[in-house]
Order: sequence, then structure tokens, then C-alpha cells
Amino acid sequence: MDFEAVIGLEVHAQLSTESKIFCACSAKFGATPNANACPVCTGMPGVLPVLNRRVVEFAIRAAVATGCTVQRKSVFARKNYFYPDLPKAYQISQYELPIALGGHLDIEAGGAAKRVGITRIHMEEDAGKLIHDGAFAGSQGSLADLNRCSVPLIEIVSEPDMRSAEEASDYLRRLRDILVYLEVCDGNMEEGSFRCDANVSVRPRGQEKLGTRAELKNMNSFRNVEKAIEYEIRRQVELIGDGGAVVQETRLWDADRGETRSMRGKEEAHDYRYFPDPDLLPLVVADAWVDELRQTIPELPVPKAARFSEQYGLTAYDSALLASVRALAGFFEGCVAAYAKNPKTTANECIQWKDAILAGAVSAETIAQIVEDRETGLISATAGKTLIEQSIATGRPVRILREELGLTQMSDAGALEAAAAGVIEANPKEVGIYKGGKEGLLSFFVGQVMKETRGKANPKLVAEVLKKLLG
Amino acid sequence: MAISTDEVRQVARLARLALSDGELDTLGGQLGQLLDYVKQLDRLDTSGVIPTSHAVETGTPFREDVAVPFPDREALLANAPDRDGDAFRVPRIIED
Repeated sequence: MDFEAVIGLEVHAQLSTESKIFCACSAKFGATPNANACPVCTGMPGVLPVLNRRVVEFAIRAAVATGCTVQRKSVFARKNYFYPDLPKAYQISQYELPIALGGHLDIEAGGAAKRVGITRIHMEEDAGKLIHDGAFAGSQGSLADLNRCSVPLIEIVSEPDMRSAEEASDYLRRLRDILVYLEVCDGNMEEGSFRCDANVSVRPRGQEKLGTRAELKNMNSFRNVEKAIEYEIRRQVELIGDGGAVVQETRLWDADRGETRSMRGKEEAHDYRYFPDPDLLPLVVADAWVDELRQTIPELPVPKAARFSEQYGLTAYDSALLASVRALAGFFEGCVAAYAKNPKTTANECIQWKDAILAGAVSAETIAQIVEDRETGLISATAGKTLIEQSIATGRPVRILREELGLTQMSDAGALEAAAAGVIEANPKEVGIYKGGKEGLLSFFVGQVMKETRGKANPKLVAEVLKKLLG
Repeated sequence: MAISTDEVRQVARLARLALSDGELDTLGGQLGQLLDYVKQLDRLDTSGVIPTSHAVETGTPFREDVAVPFPDREALLANAPDRDGDAFRVPRIIED
């Protein structure tokens, strides 16, 4: 039987705020255990949560950028469960009335555009971190560090619109690019500030009714998300093929073994008993606030890439690559502003030196000067590469290095003509053959002139001069 | 009775309460009385009423996004039954 996979994703994105969602503790990583904890986030009796305005702003920005409708009224709810990473015994989340509903994200599926629905976006608090027994010698029990407890998250839930692991991974990358563009999330999957759970089911192609789904967790890279979904699709198809049935359950991805495993036992029937949190009044968002935030949404990766192709004549691939990272796109346009000719070469340089550029090791001026010097024939492409490498290593300007390293090409027509004439005179036999119609020999003469000038001549000019002299 | 013994047992389990059979009966009876009392509201037709989660209609207040460290980690840890350095120590959680 031919099966079709149905995939929906739940993304948890940690918001890049200074402080936590309901208290003033720092939301930053890396402090010693419980340095960023207070009576509110450790669930002491008698404390009250107060909502961080920026969390709402970030959630609204994410909602607007993904075409969601921001709800005028949304409600925080308690999700009740006992676990020592959450000392209140409930997580404050949003349930029946989330901040945003009904958006979409455009992805690419097999070369064609495809729209994936976004069901909802809601705000919630993260849980703390548990360090388990055995992590260090002689320790008894588990250790709770509540620094992360109550750090703000948004959860973005997609419709089950994706049909392959590649589509899921494309959706995920695009969603991450957007959140990073908006500067609401740093998008770091390995560190857990951008996490993804996947709901995966399969059904015979052509069947409307959805199959039973498994929820996949514990995938901390794009590659792992793809591999876990591929594995799970195969597992379900084989299971059904063997006459079995998929069980609705949570499965953990084991990256080392390359398989998903049932969380049986831990997955006792969840009964979270959600109810509106009496400590927090409903969140009321005025339309004017949404409009104001809408103005702050930057040009997003997809429209920016389209503009790059249109405005600078770049390939779709190069445009998308440059536009996927806001800082790189801005850098590229900075280079073009400094030197407008041949943006194609500028784009290539920006892509080639992407890592160094994003690390701040190369300035837009450097790239612009290299492109200009290549364009005017002052340097070769190879020399350009050497100069940027040297500039990164020494921190010195490329044009000074160019002179110091003697990488300036000889473009003086008179000097080139003299060198070319010398070569012609020294090779009468080849001249004869060339004039007899074997024009391929031109490269021989160019090579000789390059040798004469110790590689400093501009080969394009040399060829022109030779053609003229041999003409 | 408005609530079955199984339901009482389930609610107790969710609240991590270990109840004897006698306590299940007693508490089940009391919970039933509470539910019967609240059930009086069913006499009203509320089909056109929007569920009220909070009695106050103004929106929730905000705080600005400024980090202010809580200065007394020791006081937080002192409330816990056990600790290990700066971390709270809890009974062992078994992860697979």
C-alpha cells in the first residue's frame, strides 16, 4: 500500500527578554544554580505573578509576522502537574484563549511553494532544570536549578499540513529565520532556546481520515528533526504493513541509536486540569498596540530574497541564502551601498565569507574595496581571496596589504605591450602557427606574458594586447 | 452521590494524596455535598452567558522588562527540606 505521512509541529521558542515572564529575575543563561530565582518563580506562598510587557510585545510581533490574528482578549491558565522542575505544581500557560490564532507560513515543497497553516501561538513559562543522580559522585537524589523556571516561551502550533521530513525541516528553518529576524528569539536549537516536537501519523494515500499519531520529542537539531521524522514514518508504515496498529503515545528520539523509543510508563494518562489562573486577569490587547507593533516588523526573509533577485539580479539561491540571516542581508546591502557595481560578485564574496562576516571579522568596506579592485582589474580573484584572508589575520586594510604584498596587477597598457612584444619576438614559431589559424595558442602567449611579469599582469588585458599585436 | 469512589480516588491521586478506603468514603461524601450545592446553579439558563473567568473586567497590569535580582538566594534554599550547594535537592527522579 502507498502511504502518505501527515506532520504537524509544535515549536517552543524562548523569548530574548531581560527578565522572566512573571517576575523580575534575569532570564539569562549561565548563572550559578538558583542565582536567578525569587519567591515568585520558586512558588512561595502568597506571591503574585505580574506579566512582563515585552513578552506580550514579542508574542504579538511573532503573531503578526506569521499572519496570525492577535486576540483582543486572551487568558492565562494553569496546567497542573507535579514535577520538581516546577515548584508551583502548575505551569502558567494559555489554553482556551491564546494570544493569537490562525496564521500561516510559506514553505517550499519539491520546488513549489506551499502554505502551512499555523493554528495558534500562546505564551507560557518554561520549567527549571533537573540534574539527575549519577551526574556527580556521591550525590543522592536529583538537583533542581530554577534559573530557567518562568523564562518566557511562545509555543507555535502548526496545522498537520506537512507531508515529509523535508517539508517539516523547511518549515522549521523558515520559522526560526523569522523569529531571529524579529529579534524575539536567538533560535539556538542546541542550547534549547528553539525546540520542536513533531506529531507524525501515516495514512493510505487518498484517505481523508488521519491515522493515529505519535508525538516525537528530544530532537535538538534540524538534522535530528528530519532523521527522527523519517525514522518514525518508516516505523509506522512497516508496523501497519505487518498488520499492527500505531499507538497514540510520546516517543523520544535517540540520536545515538537513530531511533524513536516509546516513553511507556512515564506517559500516564495526562490530566492537566487546566483552568483560568485566578492570579492573572485576562490580557487585553488594544488594536492600536498591535498596529504600532506591526510597524516594527522588518522586511522578512522571503520578500527580502525576492527583492534581492529583482533589484540586484542575483540567483534565487544566492538571494535566499543572503536573506536568511538579517545581519548578513544588511551587510550585503552595506557593501552594495559602498560600491554599487557588480552586486553579483559582492553577493558571492558575502556568501564565501559569511562566517567571518557574522563574527565581525570582515567589514563591508573591505568587501566593497575587493569587489571594486577586481572590477577595475587591479587584482585577480585569487589575490582578492588572499587579501581578505590576510586582512582577517592581521586586522589591516586590504588596500594597504595589496601594495605591501605586491598583489596589484599590472594594468598599464604601455608596460603590458612591451612585455607582450618581447614574448612575440621570442617565439616566432608559435606566432607562425597562431597566424596560420590556430587561435587556441593565445593562451600560450598569455601564459608567457604572465611568467614574464611574475604573475602580476592582468590576464584579461594581456589577452587583449596580444590579440591586437598578433592581429 | 454526585461523585463515584473511583473519581475520588483519581482526584486524590492527581493531588498526590494517599487515602484509606474509609477516607475515600468520607471525603467522597463531602465532595458530593459540595457538588450538589453548586449544582443549584444549573437551575439558571446560562446558555447566552459568556463564561466568566475573572470578576474584574480591566486587563492584567504589566511590569516593564527590567531584571532586578532577588538578593537572598539563601532564604529560598533555607525553605527547602534539602539542598546540595546552591541547588535544591529532591527525591531521585528516574529518567530512562
